[in-house]
Amino acid sequence: MTATAERAGGVLERYEAVIGIEIHCQLRTVSKMFCACSTQYDGAAPNTHCCPTCLGLPGALPVINRAAVEHVIATGLAIGASIPARTQWERKNYFYPDLPKGYQISQYAIPLAANGRLAIETSAGLFTVDITRAHLEEDTAKLAHGDVVPGSTAGRTTLVDFNRSGAPLMEIVTEPCIRTAEQARRYAEELQLVLRAIGVSDADMERGQMRVEANVSLRVRGTQPFGTRVEVKNMNSFRSVERAIAFEIERQAAALDAGEPLWMETRGWDDGRQATYHMRSKETSEDYRYFPEPDLPPLRVDEAWIEAVRAGLPELPAARRERYVAAGITPYDAAVIVADPGMTGAFEAISAAAASLPAKEIANFVSGMHARAAKSAGINDRGTAGASDPASIAVLLSAIADGSIGRPIGRDLLDRHLADGTPAADLLATVASTISDDAALLGHIDAVIAANPKAVADHRAGKPVAGFFVGQVMRATGGAADAAKVTALVRQRLDAEG
Amino acid sequence: MADLQGLTQLFAHEMAARLRSGETTAREIAEAHLARAHATDHGLHAWLTIDDERALAEADAADATLAGARAEGPDALAALHPLHGMPVALKDLVSVKGGQCTAGSRILEGYRAPYDAHITERLRAVGVVILGKTNMDEFAMGSSCEHSAFGPTANPWDLERVPGGSSGGSAASVAAFQTPLSIGTDTGGSIRQPAALCGIVGMKPTYGRVSRYGIVAFASSLDQIGPFARDVRDAAALLHAVSGRDERDSTSAPEPVAEDLVNLPASDDEAASWLRGKRFGVPREYFVEGMEPGVAAAIRTAVADLERAGATVEEVSLPHTDYGLASYYIVAPAEASANLARYDGVRFGHAVTDGADYLADYLVTRGSGFGPEVKRRVMLGTYALSAGYYDAFYLKALKVRTLIKRDFDVLFDAGFDALVGPTSPDVAFRFGAKLADPVKMYLSDACTLPVNMAGLPGISIPCGLSEGLPVGLQLIGPAWSEGVLMRAARAYEGVTASADWRRVRPHDLAKLAGAGLPTPAERIASR
Repeated sequence: MTATAERAGGVLERYEAVIGIEIHCQLRTVSKMFCACSTQYDGAAPNTHCCPTCLGLPGALPVINRAAVEHVIATGLAIGASIPARTQWERKNYFYPDLPKGYQISQYAIPLAANGRLAIETSAGLFTVDITRAHLEEDTAKLAHGDVVPGSTAGRTTLVDFNRSGAPLMEIVTEPCIRTAEQARRYAEELQLVLRAIGVSDADMERGQMRVEANVSLRVRGTQPFGTRVEVKNMNSFRSVERAIAFEIERQAAALDAGEPLWMETRGWDDGRQATYHMRSKETSEDYRYFPEPDLPPLRVDEAWIEAVRAGLPELPAARRERYVAAGITPYDAAVIVADPGMTGAFEAISAAAASLPAKEIANFVSGMHARAAKSAGINDRGTAGASDPASIAVLLSAIADGSIGRPIGRDLLDRHLADGTPAADLLATVASTISDDAALLGHIDAVIAANPKAVADHRAGKPVAGFFVGQVMRATGGAADAAKVTALVRQRLDAEG
Repeated sequence: MADLQGLTQLFAHEMAARLRSGETTAREIAEAHLARAHATDHGLHAWLTIDDERALAEADAADATLAGARAEGPDALAALHPLHGMPVALKDLVSVKGGQCTAGSRILEGYRAPYDAHITERLRAVGVVILGKTNMDEFAMGSSCEHSAFGPTANPWDLERVPGGSSGGSAASVAAFQTPLSIGTDTGGSIRQPAALCGIVGMKPTYGRVSRYGIVAFASSLDQIGPFARDVRDAAALLHAVSGRDERDSTSAPEPVAEDLVNLPASDDEAASWLRGKRFGVPREYFVEGMEPGVAAAIRTAVADLERAGATVEEVSLPHTDYGLASYYIVAPAEASANLARYDGVRFGHAVTDGADYLADYLVTRGSGFGPEVKRRVMLGTYALSAGYYDAFYLKALKVRTLIKRDFDVLFDAGFDALVGPTSPDVAFRFGAKLADPVKMYLSDACTLPVNMAGLPGISIPCGLSEGLPVGLQLIGPAWSEGVLMRAARAYEGVTASADWRRVRPHDLAKLAGAGLPTPAERIASR
């Protein structure tokens, strides 16, 4: 826990924090929410992924992206929310240069998913976050402020890039049920896992694919009414979510202690200063003049559609962790593996290839050697690192587990397999022949003796050099030789040398 | 060589026959209409853009397609759309790639649409030749075309009078024989009322019949696109050309397009015989207080004509008609207030920026870019949607809308084939007559806007004159009954084929060709 978080912990003896989280997620779809434009605009030149609809040109009309709707239904099912049989679209009206139509098509009265929940593990135990709703809307364009036009005479320029305009966005809102900064962070982390597991969003916070906003207020413990609410934005990592909320709790507590008033405001998180700062006042609530979008008929979601989406849902992170723990993995390792799609994939692939292998053995490999290899070589379509394959890994891990090869040799073979993909059978063959064949071992020993006349002379002088020769032979065989057998053979040969 | 002046006097189906028989070409037809539009528009101001180059290129392409079909054989020729090679004018809120699209507003000055509207694609696909874009009330808000930022359009029947609106330019251009066909949009009566005031045919189809993709939006849940023509057969063929499901408009319906739209009887007697045994209702609420006696008389005569032709006519009631205007002027401005938010000067069109801050730029851009009627409706709509007022205004208006729709459902469920009544309570009025009193202007649409609120099809056809000016008869049908309405309208044409008023042409047609005529704006200024 950070120092700020610890201080906030002290504050929490007097005050209770009331926190609600709103998360906007960019959905993983081929095209935008209401037009056929591609969503693959990352790194593209500005205004190259737009059309009359997402530019808000006169006469352009929206058409619903079915995949985006299914993503929200999938999310709703994953958080145990109810999906209404009929949902509708509303226009949210406000003026801003990043909003080409002057309204955002959103869902207001009837969200696509309502009344869900998500259980999270915290340092204080299990906690369930109540989720009010998840709905679908469209993203805004991106503004670039500042005098960035070469040769521009204007004092201040704002450029608009409409590539992001109209990208599908899911907004997930919790009840004001969160009480600590840690819960907030853990909720965001777990939600990210769920969204990634069901494949609806890449949910990368640093890339703006998952934007977390927190509404934070304090009340004196034991009292009911909510305190003055402050909205916190610009938190670009899970760590900043926790720190910003902890900071905000402490800031508000200090103000309350000092008898200073708090304002309804939006504050931003400054990662450099590790503090929130005032962005704008929210004293007057904006009137968005929501009304049903006349360009889109209400959307009917029948049971068959919901069931089809449900049937396509994969195992959720919580269930997976539970299964891993039941298989003998520590809860910590299970959390580490499930939190990482690469590790999860490798674990599943290797497990599938080796039914009798202890899960613990696979877990250690996946979170250790394999994770390092995957970091440099990436994951292949078989689910493992570089040129490796789950079957070979399973064979090698099994050979180690049943003692048929020594652990150091086993690690060496796994390293070689991860490095170039040499099949396990070929690797094991080299080890097996060296062990069983005296003649081969003698060949190595003779070569070592021939190469070290000085050591032979030392032996003749009665010096203890057998260990040196054994070491040399072990090196020459890649450690695969039976050390006891080599020692016996070395003594035999040295004695013969006289 | 064909008589160019003569071509413009023809219906599209007559020109199409000559085109197919080889008597004329699409190019000749286009040239004749372009020449007439250029020569007669100074005093009318029906057009905002006439694009000769594009039109002639399209006409040449239509001729080439026709030549290819002719070479291929009778089947290929028959497969061509009846309107192949025919000229059309588009209201200046239909996107045509590369062309201006002002919606009658300063705020869209300089904007060029980078894409084609669905109907633009459809018209091109069937070989229709787009001559240019017509004048309109700004963002289709108005009933007189006086709210165009580019000056009003006059009525060819009397250049001192309005052509109706908002599709005033589209209606006036057809009435003035500058084009046989045009496209308008109708949110509360913007096709039917100008059709009535200009003495031509205009239909607002069922909501969802024609894709709104690429049409500058006024009120999304009410807007529909429809045809103007000088007779029912041409109007039906143009509706046929632009109808049908479009994946890009989620409110466009998969309803099949009635193929008999292009097979309406040519014979007046045959057409009239359809009326036998049909049942019409005449809503008593549509004979509103303050209605022009001449209009009421013409409608009564028309009703009698239908009866004489064998139809049953009964007086019926649409009890919530009185609430139509009030609820419409909540719903339409509410949607408009959001639809018009995109005109902010950031991406296209009129922009005033001093770079101080966004809000200041928006205020100045929108303040100087929108005209008074648009501002009035944006304010009305913004107010109606505001926190604390939403339930009392917008939600209430939606409930009334449901009741209005139910009024119609009750009658159609009871077996009426269509309802018959006036399109507009009065004939073309003088410039300025209703400009000072917005509610007076809004009342022009009292008989048409309930049809938009209910999403139903409605057509206005000429049914006589009141003090020398055209009166429109409105037929309203159940959803997707365009085929029936067109047959009924064509039948009425057949019944009244020999009526004297059918031979009266717009009084000021001759004046339009004269030199030195002031523009409508100059005419008004000089009063």
